Amino acid sequence: MYKVVKRERIVPNIHLLVIESDAIHTNAQAGEFVVVRADEKGERIPLNLVDWDEQSVSVVFMEIGTSTRKLAALKAGDEVATLVGPLGKPTEVPKDKSILCVGGCYGIGALLPVIRAFRQNGNRVVTAIEARSEYLLYWQDKLKLYSDELHEITRDGTKGFKGHVNDFLVDHLKKNKIDMVYVQGCTYLTYLTSETTRPLAIRTIVGLNPIMVDATGMCGVCRVIVNGETKFGCVDGPEFDGHQVDWANLLSRRKIYLKEEVHSLSFYECETYG
Amino acid sequence: MAKIEPKKTPMRERAPKDRVKDFNEVPFGYSPEEAINEAKRCLQCKRPTCVQGCPVEIDIPGFIKFIAEGDYMDSIKRLKEKNVLPAVCGRVCPQEDQCEKVCVLAKKFEPVAIGRLERFAADWEARQGESPIPQLPEPTGKRVAIIGAGPGGLTVAGDLSRLGHAVTIFEALHKPGGVLVYGIPEFRLPKEIIYREVDYLVRCGVELKLDFVVGKTSTIDQLLEEFNAVYIGTGAGLPWFMNIPGENLNGVYSANEYLTRANLMKAYLFPEYDTPIVRGKRVAVIGGGNVAMDCARTALRLGADEVSIVYRRSRKEMPAREEEIHHGEQEGIIFEYLTLPVKYLGDENNWVTEMECLRMELGEPDASGRRRPVPIEGSNYITKVDTVVCAIGQSPNPLIPQTTPDLKIGKWGNIEADDKTGKTSKKGCWAGGDVVRGGATVILAMGDARIAARSIDEYLRTGLW
Repeated sequence: MYKVVKRERIVPNIHLLVIESDAIHTNAQAGEFVVVRADEKGERIPLNLVDWDEQSVSVVFMEIGTSTRKLAALKAGDEVATLVGPLGKPTEVPKDKSILCVGGCYGIGALLPVIRAFRQNGNRVVTAIEARSEYLLYWQDKLKLYSDELHEITRDGTKGFKGHVNDFLVDHLKKNKIDMVYVQGCTYLTYLTSETTRPLAIRTIVGLNPIMVDATGMCGVCRVIVNGETKFGCVDGPEFDGHQVDWANLLSRRKIYLKEEVHSLSFYECETYG
Repeated sequence: MAKIEPKKTPMRERAPKDRVKDFNEVPFGYSPEEAINEAKRCLQCKRPTCVQGCPVEIDIPGFIKFIAEGDYMDSIKRLKEKNVLPAVCGRVCPQEDQCEKVCVLAKKFEPVAIGRLERFAADWEARQGESPIPQLPEPTGKRVAIIGAGPGGLTVAGDLSRLGHAVTIFEALHKPGGVLVYGIPEFRLPKEIIYREVDYLVRCGVELKLDFVVGKTSTIDQLLEEFNAVYIGTGAGLPWFMNIPGENLNGVYSANEYLTRANLMKAYLFPEYDTPIVRGKRVAVIGGGNVAMDCARTALRLGADEVSIVYRRSRKEMPAREEEIHHGEQEGIIFEYLTLPVKYLGDENNWVTEMECLRMELGEPDASGRRRPVPIEGSNYITKVDTVVCAIGQSPNPLIPQTTPDLKIGKWGNIEADDKTGKTSKKGCWAGGDVVRGGATVILAMGDARIAARSIDEYLRTGLW
């Protein structure tokens, strides 16, 4: 069991979870993730590493199904059944490039260690975070520490650029020289970003979140077709070239257990709240 | 001398129609009377061939003689001198290809049911409550890291802790047992048995670190800063696919995923447990080994109407244990022999709906000595499926090879190790079981472990590599 140091809601449905660990920090690198299982009956789910030190690791997640609902109910001093990592391949960090980093949803938090690594290696970091409305944006102050520019995008125009990510990208990439785009967030965001940069032929790295079980290369549920070849998200990824990903396959594989996820959540709610 | 009963004492088991409804164990095991009867069939050969057929060299006539005399305590003691997991091996060893194959009785009659007797003795011990801890020797001050809490790792841990070395087992998953827990279903090997054996090791002073992925959380080189020796028993965890069209459709599983969901994550108890599994109605399992049988019988228990095993050779070449094939047949699994899937077809939502297969015939023997299956041209046909499980084998997990540059790796991604000692190309590192052999068996992993434990002990005492 692993003790929860802190769990706090950052914005509606998005939480920060800090869990005790004295082992994970040793080899942790930007772009890697951990697997968490809330309790003995829980599912193993991958969550991006947001920060780590000698005593703990931090993750940011969106409350959506049973597992994340359980995590969102944790308080300091509670325990989770499983915490293992770091897993996955770290982000490849280029040198002296101009990189546009896009984050949405939990991906805003997941950007933090990556832009830190980019910045430390002499890259120019332009960070763009997006949400439906201003009140769903977060961590601007933390992101600014490692960003040369920080852009906010809201669909309702309550803050920063008004519109979708693709509108911002088209506009920004036209006016600025960008060598590479890096995206963290839901599958739709990574897909949309890749499709927007494809005609411009700007290298685009996406952090994917396929369904996983063991997350060490054993089960293969996280398979992603990249450049026509089957790759395992957990050990070959989770980051891939967005222009080579078979998005139709990935989007449908994300939905394999949609029916069961709904069933599980209503079961959990009945059990928990009566 | 009394006349020898030509057949094994039968082992009672649950009726197929009842047992396919749940995940409880299928055979009941022998009663003491049945065990004594069967034990008396053993001729107590002066030069027993059965022992040579056992990868861990159990004194088979010895433990059987104690059963025949009703002395079960000494029987289990004799077994445990060579085998830390008798309750497991009695259930999952391919006895028909090992000890029982070379039993002298087998020349004329059915061999002695060595596996069933081993299981009997171990289960008897379990019913007596917590087993006593043996007297442990003075600590040697040497530390050994074991990677993987599967059958091999547990064997090395048992052997080395008994010699006074401090042992820590690192396990990637959240439960110990390796393939015994994530792979082999409850109805064939109740998990309680493994947890009891692991608990015994922990009571003997073995440290168990779960949720620790060597190669990621720490590398082998980092472990070697703290430990005097490392044993790698990480198994063959990387699933193979056939690389045919449609394999990434929804509803197409690797055997590892299917079994891990069902066994380790207890998806058969969904939604009480959170991990789901597709409960297909028409399930095809590709492959002919024990893993394929386990998947097919799991699918039945998850409520499938029709489950077929699709195997490219014939029944004779099937690598699965005879008992598993027999149980599968009893439970109504359909066996499509000499059949090879060539393509999966899906609907507009990317779910598998049909499978295209090719019929085969047997040609000349191949490198494995089995007759090579040859496709019959134009024999393609299409059949409806809603779930496919690919159980065609697996190779070693690459995480350790990738992060240990001076470890010599074979062409299948396996770690190369000396078969007399288990030594790898890297000083202080031993390896054995499936990570060296590719997909093999529990008992071979335990045999490798025993050899490596001897070599590790020698190294720790002498410092000679």
